[in-house]
Amino acid sequence: MATVQDTQTPAGDTPSEDGVRRRDFLNIAAVSVAGVGAGVTLLPLLNQMNPSADVLALSSIEVDLSAIEPGQAIKTIWRKQPLFVRNLTPAEIQQANAVPLGDLRDPQTLAERTVEGHENWLITLAVCTHLGCVPLGAAQGENRGEFGGYFCPCHGSHYDTAARIRKGPAPTNLEVPEYEFTSDTTVTIG
Amino acid sequence: MSFPWAAQYTPKNSFMKWMDERLPLPRLVYNSVGAGYPVPRNLNYFWNFGVLAGVALVIQIVTGIVLAMHFSADTGVAFASVEHIMRDVNSGWLMRYLHANGASFFFIVVYIHIFRGLYYGSYKPPREMVWLLGLVIFLLMMATAFMGYVLPWGQMSFWAAQVITGLFEAIPLIGNPLKQWLLGGFAPDNATLTRFYSLHYLLPFVIAGVVILHIWSLHLPGSSNPTGIDVKGPQDTIPFHPYYTAKDGWTVGVFLIALSILVFFAPNFLGHPDNYIEANPLSTPAHIVPEWYFWPFYAVLRAFTVDFILPAKLWGVIAMFGSIIILL
Ligand code: HEM
Ligand code: FES
Repeated sequence: MATVQDTQTPAGDTPSEDGVRRRDFLNIAAVSVAGVGAGVTLLPLLNQMNPSADVLALSSIEVDLSAIEPGQAIKTIWRKQPLFVRNLTPAEIQQANAVPLGDLRDPQTLAERTVEGHENWLITLAVCTHLGCVPLGAAQGENRGEFGGYFCPCHGSHYDTAARIRKGPAPTNLEVPEYEFTSDTTVTIG
Repeated sequence: MSFPWAAQYTPKNSFMKWMDERLPLPRLVYNSVGAGYPVPRNLNYFWNFGVLAGVALVIQIVTGIVLAMHFSADTGVAFASVEHIMRDVNSGWLMRYLHANGASFFFIVVYIHIFRGLYYGSYKPPREMVWLLGLVIFLLMMATAFMGYVLPWGQMSFWAAQVITGLFEAIPLIGNPLKQWLLGGFAPDNATLTRFYSLHYLLPFVIAGVVILHIWSLHLPGSSNPTGIDVKGPQDTIPFHPYYTAKDGWTVGVFLIALSILVFFAPNFLGHPDNYIEANPLSTPAHIVPEWYFWPFYAVLRAFTVDFILPAKLWGVIAMFGSIIILL
């Protein structure tokens, strides 16, 4: 508060009987208003760095699945990030279902990672959950790791045929985005 | 700092004492805007405009840094990136309107500040250096505002760049090469835009540096006062804090309210609609005028219409720069 080590004591500074000065009230009121004002001003200053409207407008895409044969995968781009769309073979599905959940770092069944009636379509972000590299395994002939799914070359994370983390430093399975089948061969992601 | 009777800084606890011996920042604050800086007790509201100018500079720098995060300095996309700021970026419209209207308020405040100096003789000894540094700030401000106005690459931006660099063409012999050097070409183009952007970002920080020198040199003799008679003793002064922090805080509030009224209710009042048309090097807008804060200089420039020994164009330019130099 206003402590004046000086000689004069202006009128507002004379304490009343209970020791509270009129100036104390004014001080607290003024500083509170300024504080709240500064806080509110901070909101737009921080919010401006959030994704802008044009970025959000691009946040859903349609993918045509008709050309992807069983055993093949494509890479596409969703929200500026690479995305894997894989058509699993029956053998890959079986392999994924055979794994006991207890063996998994991030326990999830294949069914939980696909939609009903389209269990062969495994759609995940192609962003390693360790530190964000793009795992190998989508294109023909690429290293698919020890579990036959994806392999991240950056620090050696192995994902299985359901894109679940099995070995290496990544903490969680490859992320499954929100998506919806609009027909048998088209899917809307995001 | 300034008067022998100024209150002395004493660290309140062992941490502050430790700090004071290693980085005496609290002492600096105490001695420049705290209880350790005695100020004449009879200052009127004209003495509040220096602090207001400082607040305006901070607003320009903060909103400018935000705008720079979203602006692209390329003639192909500059105009579109400004529209992107207005429509897409969260609160982008607010940042841009604050920056544009903030520039106007900065000039209002600085013009009143300069007027105070002229009217009350603040420029006289021992404050000549304060005044000279103030003029340096004023020149830098004009350069910064002009270059900032070019950035959105609208019609007014483009033709401002053309006309203002045209001023330098009036200088005999070196005029034309000088203009081409400033523009980086024969007419305003990408090279102009990118260099103006670089400098528009740099100069406000140079201004901030000169402001520090300006205040440093002011704090040696201390402020003058409306009577024009220098303070004689402790009975003539009061400590900056709490008295002038409170008085300045009050006018900062008034300033922010006035700025908010303009920004929220009439954000384009001071602007020119033609700047919402993208730059077109083939057509000059019919009503080309500078921003209001350059009107005095614009009027001087237009006042010379006949050749008298020297060409009229050169007279206009000489008179315009002379109107600033005379303040020296
Ligand atoms: C960015 C712009 C500027 C800022 C931030 C600024 C800041 C300040 C501050 C904080 C003060 C002390 C408070 C006061 O006396 O009002 C001051 C004083 C002063 N300023 Fe400025 N100033 C600026 C521009 C200018 C300009 C353009 C001029 C003149 C050409 C100028 C001339 C002076 C003078 C002569 C004083 C001493 C006043 C006195 O003690 O009587 N300033 N300035
Ligand atoms: S980023 Fe994939 S293993 Fe580190």
